[in-house]
This record gives sequence, structure tokens and C-alpha cells, in this order.
Amino acid sequence: MKKYDVIIVGAGVIGSAAAYNLAKKNLDVLVLEKEEIGIGGSSRNGGGVRQSARKAEELPLAIYAVNNIWPNLEKELGVNIEYHQEGNLRLGKTEAHRQILADIVAQGQAQGLELELIKRDEIKKICPYISDEVQYASYCPTDGHANPMKTTLAYYKKALELGVKFITGEEVTSVLIKEGKIAGVKTKTDSYSSQKVILAAGYESKFIADSLGIEIPMRKLLVEVLVTEPRELMFDQMIGTAGSDFYGHQSEHGSFVFGGMTGNEPYQFDQKRRVTLKRTAPSISRAILNYFPLLKDLNVIRTWSGFLDQTPDHLPIISRVEEIDNFYLACGFSGHGFGIAPAVGELIADLAAEEDPALNLSSFKYDRFHPKS
Amino acid sequence: MDKKIERSFNKEAFLSKSDDEMIICRCEEVTKGEIRKAIHEGMLTIDELKKYLRTGMGLCQGRTCTKLIKNIMAEELNKPPNKLKNLTPRAPLRPIQMQIYANDDLNNFG
Ligand SMILES: Cc1cc2nc3c(=O)[nH]c(=O)nc-3n(C[C@H](O)[C@H](O)[C@H](O)COP(=O)(O)OP(=O)(O)OC[C@H]3O[C@@H](n4cnc5c(N)ncnc54)[C@H](O)[C@@H]3O)c2cc1C
Repeated sequence: MKKYDVIIVGAGVIGSAAAYNLAKKNLDVLVLEKEEIGIGGSSRNGGGVRQSARKAEELPLAIYAVNNIWPNLEKELGVNIEYHQEGNLRLGKTEAHRQILADIVAQGQAQGLELELIKRDEIKKICPYISDEVQYASYCPTDGHANPMKTTLAYYKKALELGVKFITGEEVTSVLIKEGKIAGVKTKTDSYSSQKVILAAGYESKFIADSLGIEIPMRKLLVEVLVTEPRELMFDQMIGTAGSDFYGHQSEHGSFVFGGMTGNEPYQFDQKRRVTLKRTAPSISRAILNYFPLLKDLNVIRTWSGFLDQTPDHLPIISRVEEIDNFYLACGFSGHGFGIAPAVGELIADLAAEEDPALNLSSFKYDRFHPKS
Repeated sequence: MDKKIERSFNKEAFLSKSDDEMIICRCEEVTKGEIRKAIHEGMLTIDELKKYLRTGMGLCQGRTCTKLIKNIMAEELNKPPNKLKNLTPRAPLRPIQMQIYANDDLNNFG
């Protein structure tokens, strides 16, 4: 049986970016994917490439990705991934909103992020289509958005070109150990041999890690996205709100992509299947119209849902496993892994190649979760 | 479960065909040649093609082009078209104005 240097489980944006970065280091890589390339959160997300409002621990990853990788990624991968860096506006109407935004701004500024709290007239200059009720916004001029589907597939395509092998329709069930060392992985129908394994299978990483007695606390959360018919370009900022009731942007194609949730999802259904719920798209639509009344006659043409893999502190796990040599985890991105994916791909590849990663990853260790008492 | 597909870089050069200019997805104006090229580059399922090229993402949501795309895939991949998956249908099945959608659950659920 062929022995790979590294096997990656999961062909989302994280697994594909990791494969690309490992191939650049001349390693022989196999990616195993249960369904198809990018079928998970990676091609279902809202495309936000956002630094603002990230937690202090995660912000350096986002800044690194925006400063060093995103601007050249299109050239590097040879596909138009529709990266636009025209800023992020997080909108607020009330005093309570202003307080939330002021806290976000203070935290970002403390870490050196270009971020300010602006008022109505300035907001209108940046985006004239916003409702007159909007009073405040946090504005980060270096934030932006990209096309998540094309970004994920572009990483896959480039990894292929560099010699990575992918097998889709191949569900990994456990990690194989021989004489105390990683030997490969087992799938439902086969097994594959390698010295190192990276789990990048989103929420399902939990069950695969469990096969080695490694516990990863994560829960699954359903969120939805809606897409409209195209319009002439109206604005190019990434939009969010202080109340987090919706977020989104207008894509290069002209359609608007907006996401959100009702908050009731965990109590409404079994969380097993990716379904769209009756009340979610209407609720997102109401939230949008509260901030962009001008969009009222725009047609919604498609909706879909996807799962978040949420950790208790909402920070990702990007980590070597101490107990088992050559075993690595990249999961638990908690709903904001797309914007940092180019950085994560690089960092996890450095870990697996036993090189020093460019950033300190100590906040993302898998064994940081402990009971309260 | 999905059929197993092994994927590695296709070293053969892409060869264009005489009917490559033909528009297949009319809503998003995607040609046969663009679809053939994307398959050559490794987009091997109808959803991967959709995400890469926007085929089937327009107003008709693939009602017009799904069959045509499956025929092209069948030819390029040497598989019978009826063995290929369809596009995932997405709500709402017809375009609906945001102001109407915004009230949809309120009207129906009180
Ligand atoms: C609706 C939505 C909106 C979002 N919006 C944003 C945003 O605006 N900005 C942002 O930064 N992030 C956003 N996110 C989060 C972002 O999409 C994810 O954090 C990111 O895509 C995670 O990538 P991944 O590769 O880890 O996961 P995934 O894309 O889920 O990839 C995991 C892959 O592993 C495969 N897999 C699972 N089990 C197995 C197994 N047993 N064997 C083999 N393969 C397996 C899955 O099929 C899947 O393809 C959003 C997420 C959703 C769902």
C-alpha cells in the first residue's frame, strides 16, 4: 500500500488550503473527503473576510491573512476568487448598539487594527443606501469579502496541480495506530497509510478524534444564507449589525448574499440534516429591510443552510496533539473560519512539517477546555 | 453515500471542440467550453461545477440547463447521465420579493 507523508481528513477550505501549503513543501499528500469538495461550511458561508470583532486571541490570524495572503491569493491560485477589500460596516441604531460597537472598536484599536466608530453622515458617505435610522457604525477599511465557493475550489485545484491526491465519497471512521504511532486512517470501505494525519473535518472531527480517546468539545449549529437576483453594484462593503441579526454583501456578480439565524434553531429540530427552516429566511429578510429598506422589491432566488462547529470559547482548535505524535487538529472554527482559512492552511502545514509557525498558536490548543470546578 | 471518486491532476492538455461556444446555462451565460474546461480542471460533480461557474445559479435555478450539463458531464467523464446527481433544489422554488418573504412566516404562523 502506498504510504503518504500526510493524510488530511476533510476537503473544506481548511483541508484544501492545508493540502496546498503542504504540497508547496514537497510533501506527498492525500485528502479524504466524505462527500464532495467544499460541500460543508466552506462553500455555504457568507464570504466575510473580516478582522473587526474577532476575539483578541483570533485577531492576529485574521490580520496575518489580510496583510500577507488574501491580496495575492487570486494570482497564487490562478482563479478569480472575487476578493474585495472595501471595508466592513457594523451598523447600530440605539445607545445599546453604540456601546457594543464602542467595545469592539476599543478592542480592535488596542491590537493595532485600523477601526473606528463613525456616525450617520460618515456612514452615508461610505454607503448611501443605509436606512436613516442607522446612527452608528464601526468601520474597518481593511476588511472585505471573497467568494467562498471559488476560494475553496481554487485551493483544491491548485493542490491537484501540485500533485495532491483527493478521494471524495470516502468517509473516514477512525485513525489507525500501530506500535504506538500513527499508521494512517480507516474509512468505511478501505484504509490508507501515512505517517501523519490532520483532521480538518469540521464538526465530525470530534468523532474521528474520539477513536483515539481525544475529546474535542464542539456543538453543531444551523445557520442560513439567502441570495437575491443581481443588481448593478450598489455597495462593496461587508455589512454586519451590532445586534448580529444579519450580515452580508453584494457579490461581484451583482447578487446580494445575506446570512443569519433566528436563534431558535437548536430547539427546533434534530440538528442532523442541513435543512432550511420556514421562519429563518423571512426573519433574515426582515432584518435586512430594517437596515436597507431600498432592497424591498429585490427577488430572493435561493436559500440554503450550513452548520457551524462551535467550541465552548468560540475559538478554533489549531493544534498538535501531545499524547500522539504526528496527529494534528484544525477544526472548531465556530462560524468564522473562512476569513482566516488562508492563514490556518499555512500554519497547520508548518506544524505538520515540523517547522515553526509564523504565529503563536497557544490559544488554539485542543486541551484548553476544562470543567468549571 | 456519494460515489467514490479518485482525483489527481489531469496532465493531458485541454482540447477545445467546435461547439464550445454554445451557451448551456442561459441565465448565467456559461458556455459548453467553459463547462468542459472546468471538468478538465477537476470539477467532477454538478454541484462543484455550479460553485465554480455559476451554472444553474440564475433565475431558473437550473430548470433549463441541468439536463444539458449532465449530458456534457456524461460525455467528458464517460458515465451514463442517469448515474449523475441532480442539482440540489433550493427554496423558494420561485423568486420572491424580499418585502413579501419578510412577512411570509408572520402571515402563515400568526
Ligand atoms: C452559513 C454560514 C456562514 C458563514 N459565514 C462566514 C463568514 O462570513 N466568514 C467566515 O470567516 N466564516 C464564515 N462561516 C464559517 C466558515 O464557513 C467555516 O468556519 C469554514 O468553512 C470551516 O472550514 P472547514 O474546512 O473546517 O469546514 P467544512 O467546510 O465543513 O469542511 C469539512 C469537510 O470535512 C468533511 N468530512 C466530515 N466528516 C468526514 C469524514 N468522516 N471523513 C471525511 N471527510 C469528512 C465534510 O464533508 C466537509 O467537506 C460561515 C459558516 C456557515 C455555515
